[in-house]
Amino acid sequence: MFDQLGNLLLNTALDVLPIVAIIFGFQFLVIRKPVANLKKVLIGMFYVLLGITLFLMGLEQALFPLGRLMAEQLTNPDFIIASESITGALQWYDYYWVYLFAFAIGMSTTIAEPSLIAVAIKAKEVSGGAIGIWGLRIAVALGVAIGISLGAYRIVSGTPLHYYIIAGYIVVVIQTFFAPKMIVPLAYDSGGVTTSTVTVPLVAALGFGLAETVPGRNVLIDGFGLIAFASLFPIISVMAYAQLSEWRSNKQSSSESKTE
Amino acid sequence: MKRSLLAFFNAMLGSLRDLLPIILVVAFFQIVVIQQPLENIAEIFTGVIFIVLGLTFFIYGLEMGLFPIGESMARAFAYKGSIFWLSVFAFALGFGTTIAEPALIAIANEAADIAAGSGHIDTTVSAKSAYADGLRYTVAFSVGCAILLGVIRILLNWSIQYLIMAGYILVVIVTAFAPAEIIGIAYDSGGVTTSTITVPLVTALGIGLASSITGRNPMLDGFGLIAFASLLPIIFVLIYGIVV
Repeated sequence: MFDQLGNLLLNTALDVLPIVAIIFGFQFLVIRKPVANLKKVLIGMFYVLLGITLFLMGLEQALFPLGRLMAEQLTNPDFIIASESITGALQWYDYYWVYLFAFAIGMSTTIAEPSLIAVAIKAKEVSGGAIGIWGLRIAVALGVAIGISLGAYRIVSGTPLHYYIIAGYIVVVIQTFFAPKMIVPLAYDSGGVTTSTVTVPLVAALGFGLAETVPGRNVLIDGFGLIAFASLFPIISVMAYAQLSEWRSNKQSSSESKTE
Repeated sequence: MKRSLLAFFNAMLGSLRDLLPIILVVAFFQIVVIQQPLENIAEIFTGVIFIVLGLTFFIYGLEMGLFPIGESMARAFAYKGSIFWLSVFAFALGFGTTIAEPALIAIANEAADIAAGSGHIDTTVSAKSAYADGLRYTVAFSVGCAILLGVIRILLNWSIQYLIMAGYILVVIVTAFAPAEIIGIAYDSGGVTTSTITVPLVTALGIGLASSITGRNPMLDGFGLIAFASLLPIIFVLIYGIVV
């Protein structure tokens, strides 16, 4: 195991070499100032290296196998037939536990995402309270959850990925014209913020596992795409949330003016 | 020493909090729904400990070394006023932060394994690592271009939605020509790139830039860099799939 660790440490060092070169290159050639706390920076970089190495080892050992195993167990015909009396070939709706699992993973990991909380706090400040912290967090989490469930359905049904994504783009474009202007950049960003370092490997493994176990699917073509869903749907749900709150406050103010 | 230990402990709590929802959902489904014992639970358990330790060291190291230097550089370049160096730095920041992203390293390796397993590329170690590196460098290059484009947008005050829509149209056009086996990887690569390292550093650059130019709203114009960084990789990886 230590042999493996050493090997991986070396590989990771090669992987992160470019960023070290960039930082020191700019510091010495362009800014031309000595680095403040050089020793601390170097120790920090070593920690980053060690952290990535341990993280990748853990992924190989736990998160990737776990995602595949769960996908395998949830799609196992014995499991599906045991929970219900089904005759004949399995239909897409017989995999409902898969969709529920995808929904739960998407929802729970996004709600707890620290960078999303930080963004939500700032968004509340800027909007003067019109965009609530919890409202935004739930909107994004719902978007991710629905996105991953729909992505799981796509793998089970075997329909082409780009139809869904292109349809999603069209919805985004239409919403952009009607959503409040100030939410648009934030909504576009929220797609990228949600997919964190922990969520990505597990969700990806779920996709690979599904494509491996559902009969007639090709892992290379059908296994990918869940993360794409998870980064597209929050854009839609955040704009929908903003439209909804605008509509509600408009209705409220118009009813107030009527009573006056 | 005591302070740094406390900071390390805090970072560890943070990583545990990131993992906890996943552990809870997995445990619920294993115990209540699937009702089967997990195979090799010991291995998974040690793996989870590696992940917690790894994330802790990673975040702790980022906050200790990379973030302070990255943020001070982002601010220095934003206020310096030299458009040439700002552009070079914007590209380098996007490229450098993406190339070191752990999730991208993991997904690129997995994609290489899958491509080898289905006979798309050779199963040799060198062919696989060449495929994974090609993917990683393509994605990193595209994020570099994306941050550069985002910075130009802030400088020239272009409207974000038209750029994003143009990007969507490009994705649709390039998809029509791309081979089927690259489409899934390409669409996923947009979401993979923007996590732990990229978001804080890129946000520091955007906000620093927007607050140093008069007439820009830091919150509105500071946002949007991430949106480009999740869109351009899709286009570039699709093109990579057509060319290779």
